[in-house]
Amino acid sequence: MDYLIQQVINGLTLGSIYGLIAIGYTMVFGIIGMVNFAHGDVFMLSAFVALIIFLALSQLFGTINLALALLLVLVAGMALTALWAWTIERVAYRPLRGSFRLAPMISAIGMSIFLSNFVQWAQGPNNKPLEMVPTEIITIALGAGSITLSWKQITIMVTTAVLLMALWYLVQKTPLGRAQRACEQDRKMASILGVDVDRTISLTFVIGAALAAVAGLLWMVNYSQVNFADGYVPGVKAFTAAVLGGIGSLQGAVLGGILIGLIETLWSAYFSLAYKDVAALLILIVVLVFMPSGLFGRPDVEKV
Amino acid sequence: MQPIADPLLTVDRLTMRFGGLLAINALTFEVGRGQITALIGPNGAGKTTVFNCITGFYQPTGGRMALAHRGPVQEQELAGLTASGRRYDRHACGGLFLLERMQDHEIAAKARVARTFQNIRLFPAMTVLENLIVAQHRELMKASRFSIAGLLGTKGYRAAEEQAVERARHWLEKTGLVDRADEPAGDLPYGAQRRLEIARAMCTQPMLLCLDEPAAGLNPRESADLTRLIRAIRDETGTSVLLIEHDMSVVMEISDHVVVIEYGCKIADGTPEEIKSDANVIAAYLGVEDAETAVAVVEAGA
Amino acid sequence: MAVDAARPQSHATPPQSPAAPPQTYMSAALPGALKSALLTALVTLGLCFPIVAWETQLDIESRLTLVSWWGYVAAFVAIAFVGRFAYVMWRALPREQRQAIAPRAKLSADVKQRIAIVGLLLLIFFPFISIAAAGTAGSIKWIDNYGTQILIYILLAWGLNIVVGLAGLLDLGYVAFYAVGAYSSALLAKNFGLSFWLCLPLAGIFAAMYGLMIGIPVLRLRGDYLAIVTLAFAEIVQRVAVNWDTVTGGYNGISGIPRPTLFGYSLSPGPDSLPSLLGLAPSPLYRVIFLFYLVLVMALLVNWVATRLRRLPLGRAWEALREDEIACRSLGINTVTTKLSAFATGAFFGGIAGPLFAARQGIVSPSSFVFMESAMILAIVVLGGLGSQLGVAIAAVVMIGGTELLRELGWLKAVFGPEFDPGKYRMLIFGFAMVLLMVVRPRGFITHRDPSITLGGRQTERQA
Repeated sequence: MDYLIQQVINGLTLGSIYGLIAIGYTMVFGIIGMVNFAHGDVFMLSAFVALIIFLALSQLFGTINLALALLLVLVAGMALTALWAWTIERVAYRPLRGSFRLAPMISAIGMSIFLSNFVQWAQGPNNKPLEMVPTEIITIALGAGSITLSWKQITIMVTTAVLLMALWYLVQKTPLGRAQRACEQDRKMASILGVDVDRTISLTFVIGAALAAVAGLLWMVNYSQVNFADGYVPGVKAFTAAVLGGIGSLQGAVLGGILIGLIETLWSAYFSLAYKDVAALLILIVVLVFMPSGLFGRPDVEKV
Repeated sequence: MQPIADPLLTVDRLTMRFGGLLAINALTFEVGRGQITALIGPNGAGKTTVFNCITGFYQPTGGRMALAHRGPVQEQELAGLTASGRRYDRHACGGLFLLERMQDHEIAAKARVARTFQNIRLFPAMTVLENLIVAQHRELMKASRFSIAGLLGTKGYRAAEEQAVERARHWLEKTGLVDRADEPAGDLPYGAQRRLEIARAMCTQPMLLCLDEPAAGLNPRESADLTRLIRAIRDETGTSVLLIEHDMSVVMEISDHVVVIEYGCKIADGTPEEIKSDANVIAAYLGVEDAETAVAVVEAGA
Repeated sequence: MAVDAARPQSHATPPQSPAAPPQTYMSAALPGALKSALLTALVTLGLCFPIVAWETQLDIESRLTLVSWWGYVAAFVAIAFVGRFAYVMWRALPREQRQAIAPRAKLSADVKQRIAIVGLLLLIFFPFISIAAAGTAGSIKWIDNYGTQILIYILLAWGLNIVVGLAGLLDLGYVAFYAVGAYSSALLAKNFGLSFWLCLPLAGIFAAMYGLMIGIPVLRLRGDYLAIVTLAFAEIVQRVAVNWDTVTGGYNGISGIPRPTLFGYSLSPGPDSLPSLLGLAPSPLYRVIFLFYLVLVMALLVNWVATRLRRLPLGRAWEALREDEIACRSLGINTVTTKLSAFATGAFFGGIAGPLFAARQGIVSPSSFVFMESAMILAIVVLGGLGSQLGVAIAAVVMIGGTELLRELGWLKAVFGPEFDPGKYRMLIFGFAMVLLMVVRPRGFITHRDPSITLGGRQTERQA
């Protein structure tokens, strides 16, 4: 029983990270109907940014307060990753609006290939290990057994919860959120009514990337290592989460992320570690084929 | 309003519901064999939805759409087919089809209903001629023995291809596009693209041709050419035509029969003369939606 | 990185007169261009910090340390500044003047045909040219590593071209068909002793069947979902190849695959081989040359079928499907079976590339069938112009051959240091080129599209 609870906690931790990445997929898809294939690599890049800034801080100032360091890394990582996403949208996606059907997807694939190879070029092909948060754990007695909760897991879940609330406020209560929802429904009409569509789309990419940067830092915290190829599989899993939750839906993306995290952890714990990625891939295929609108999505009506 | 003696298509209590929205409500009308029938109504009346149901792009919520290649249809034949649960009967009436049971491509291929689209849908990177050859896909596919004979370049296939090109040439001449046959369709001016779409539909050798606002965006001269073309199609090939059109001068000039719908319901049905003087129609156009169109109706009647 | 800040200004500059010299336009655009270039340089600085500026490296105690590369950052910032400045100035010129300075190249059907013939002749004589240039021992690398490897990529790209270029179905998991072909032929040869010549078509058939199996549920999906699902299937195939080690040999793969024979005679060095029966000196060269021609013949066969299909109703329906699926349905084309046929045909060609790969390497292992391989084949098809057979072949030669060739150039190592490996830059360039091409010329470098049929049967030339 406590083994199960332990696995659920691990799954929730992992799921929080997937959920944060999934939001970027779902927001971009909602507003321009495009699968931002490079988003997983933006996430990977952000993990590197977090790693380097953390190292630089500790080299420059020696030992500083860990919470302060993490906060600085978080803010800087979000800003720098957002700049990357802004540039990518500007250079690789914006000129393609109104181009032929496959162009944005091909461009996104090209960007994904470019980013992972760029990071490989800049940082080398090896794993980069670094313990950011001490591995200390808290043990909670539970009936006969006990479960453990590490500082890492607490950091991850608290950060995710706080940022999701901030995002919810941003999308529901601010003019930006309104503009975003307007563009989602009818871009042409929104622009006639004075919404700056280009700016809104740019900001959507920026927000998605900033959340991916949070996920990148949390990934470093959780796994204590990163590699240039780490954008691909988490990217696919986060996309699966977005699809499972119903693409275009924010709460769907978070819920989907948590579900994927749980499924992956439980599958590895009880079934087969070797095929843990296959579980997520199978879910992706089954959901796309049999319930493409996911849990919270709107059905796609074909326009003739 | 008199019943049409030998309808090609009988639409019976057609109903289409999108979620909570009732787009078409128990609509009943007929398309006469060898006639030009116009479907008119204010914006949002559900005209294009009717087209999409007839051509199988939407699965209607209820009702029956029966199309007979040779009439008149005996009541028991239709009842028998409906009861049998089959989609069509190749032997009754030279081919009797229940369109609501069929998929879009089957309706085009078997029931031989061709259509155009409100926002033109050509194959823009392919040439004008290729557009017309693609329209004859099924015949050519059979002649090429699903590509085996085609790969080997047999005589039978070459002859079939030659015939397809001849048919295409015929319609290119009719639509005045023969000089531009080898240009990409996307490079044609707007009016020529509209004509090409009609030519492409005709290359499928349809029994029923559905035109969705064929005169939209055309200048008066192009519009007059179009009227002549549609009439020629009816007179020379015997193809029945069903068209949606907002340009009342076109509608009143070429239609044999007009069906008026509003909010998914039929409000009038008859010859152009009858429609012009129908109180319901004038009220619908004048009172509800579109004053300009109403004026056009009154003027056309004057 | 481009920032568009200055574009409005550069457009707003009043064109003094059509005949005005370039200097007039340039001086008017100068302030805007400087501002824009500065902004671009700043953005580039932000992008390079910290990912380029500091490289994380493990020291002797396996702890991460930072190594500074500020020189690279400065170089990138400078390139961005100069590049952006030049671009804005260039855009400031009126169109006529730009075209007068750098006219756009157009490839007519005539020129294309000539390129194709010369290319084919080069390919046919390539082994002899290599032997003449590099001697018998030195030519093996050229024929095998350049010739055969590139030809396999061309074959794969021609196969994928049917799916992506003609039918417009974005398949991100093409490598799965290649893998199914390679593994099925390797297993059939090792376990049942089937000859290469039987394995070759069987590999294609297995791959096509796999294509049909995944195609039936998947082809209803919209374009980008299709791409993701094909990717997922390919990943699963790769994971199965890794983990099902009792059958596939896991990471080590299957080795010792019998080499292809010619009419039952081996071509590898040995007592009963064809060269020794003919009294020739034993050398691995014969096997390499034989494989080269084998792959060449298969590639030409694929090309013949693909070119021919394009001029048949099926191929035209594929192209029509790419252009407008709804219009296809309104013309009575069954889009599901048409898509399936494209998918299965592409899969078949991908499948027959599998045994050829196995014949070249003598081993199949999961590491040859990763996503990057699919991405590379897709990149070749995209850069070749989506649908153009010649363009795809040229793209494969330039991209694969080009990066392989860079390794040969010793002076590059002298310039960039002894660890310089151009192969590492291949995917970097591929990715960048894909984005650039989509932005600049989305229909490919060779934009001319040959009509599949013309009125009166005569070929006319038109720019697509």
